[in-house]
Amino acid sequence: MLCKRIIPCLDVKDGRVVKGTNFINLVDAGSPVELAARYSNEGADELVFLDITASAEKRKTLVNLVKDVAREIRIPFTVGGGISELKDIEVLLKSGADKVSLNTSIVKNPELITQASKQFGCQAVVAAIDVKLVENTYKIFIKGGSEETELEGFSWCENVTNLGAGEILLTSMDRDGTKFGYDIEFLKELTSLVTVPVIASGGAGKKEDFLDAFQKADVDACLAASLFHFNILPIKELKEYLNNNGINVRL
Amino acid sequence: MIAIIDYVAGNVASVANAVNTINTDYKITCNEIDLLNASKIIFPGVGEASSAMKKLHKLNLYSMLRICKKPLLGICLGMQLMAEYSKEGKVMGLGLFRGSTEMFDNTVTKVPHMGWNSIDIKKESKLLDGIKSGEKFYFANSYYLPLNDCTTSVTNHQIDFSASIENGNLFGVQFHPEKSGEAGLKILKNFIEL
Repeated sequence: MLCKRIIPCLDVKDGRVVKGTNFINLVDAGSPVELAARYSNEGADELVFLDITASAEKRKTLVNLVKDVAREIRIPFTVGGGISELKDIEVLLKSGADKVSLNTSIVKNPELITQASKQFGCQAVVAAIDVKLVENTYKIFIKGGSEETELEGFSWCENVTNLGAGEILLTSMDRDGTKFGYDIEFLKELTSLVTVPVIASGGAGKKEDFLDAFQKADVDACLAASLFHFNILPIKELKEYLNNNGINVRL
Repeated sequence: MIAIIDYVAGNVASVANAVNTINTDYKITCNEIDLLNASKIIFPGVGEASSAMKKLHKLNLYSMLRICKKPLLGICLGMQLMAEYSKEGKVMGLGLFRGSTEMFDNTVTKVPHMGWNSIDIKKESKLLDGIKSGEKFYFANSYYLPLNDCTTSVTNHQIDFSASIENGNLFGVQFHPEKSGEAGLKILKNFIEL
């Protein structure tokens, strides 16, 4: 049986991992390769690198990062953050990334999902979707959550899978950073709606939150950042807890 | 020299990185001469079957791979293309193994089959030497090869399918050994040190 996955997310700026809250008070947290190796040894099933570099050098640093990580790490990883062209995707996958996550670019150009999925296979195309409750409707936000769109949450999720996305990385902006737990209600409806794997993101604060997401919302993977970065919850301990509670994980 | 065939966009770099930790005498290539000079060939692949087959024909590698008697390891799509037919893109494969790839039914299970899953060893296998049933590997596939006489290990995702196949010098794995930690490296090592 397929294992449920635990995925640490690393924010990267100018080729270094940074820690902070809501992209503010960024602190250098070391080299992506070293942290990735640590997580890999601790039992992470996959890694996500989110590039928040704003400079013109962005493309080059991201490709170098992917090459460095791929050279050292033997688990799959996804890169995201400002990827908007097929050419960029090709370079990143050829450099050793397994998947790319696309967010703002697919809202602006949904056709990109289909093109990327045709060219590289749907397993390489992750639709990263940021939702926030606005007047009782889940709305899609882009540009790192700074811009509201007209799109409704569930219909956009269905749409990206119809267009060819192989996986959905769903971040609840209402929960992100709160440690109140994942948005179980949204995720539960989402997993009954789409047939691609769903990664839950935003709100993890304790072990029980992960168990809830797997048990109640039937998600395929849970993503977290600060909980793992600051070693509040070691991955090994989390996975043993999940295993003891009947969740099939890779120990 | 171990040749790693570079014919579609995708994970050639990861395969090369993993091979490099075992044996540095390898070459990433799509050149027929290189393949003829190689002692073993790794045939990776992610992406879509029909465009991958088109690329193989274009590079003039189709017949060469069909008749060459060297140890050949197909990974993921590479393994699927070693079969007779692929329902993905409705295309003829290399015909090195019997059978045709099928798509997982997304009305009964999640597609793609993505993540770590365990294998159940069914047959003695040179490739799986030192690997035990229950060992987990990383998969990312929407299509699968049903069980056949050459199936050496099985994985379940709503249905049992071939996780690995083997017949003489011909080997295939549906999972990604280059992304499956130590167990994956062991499998690559078994192939390289055949």
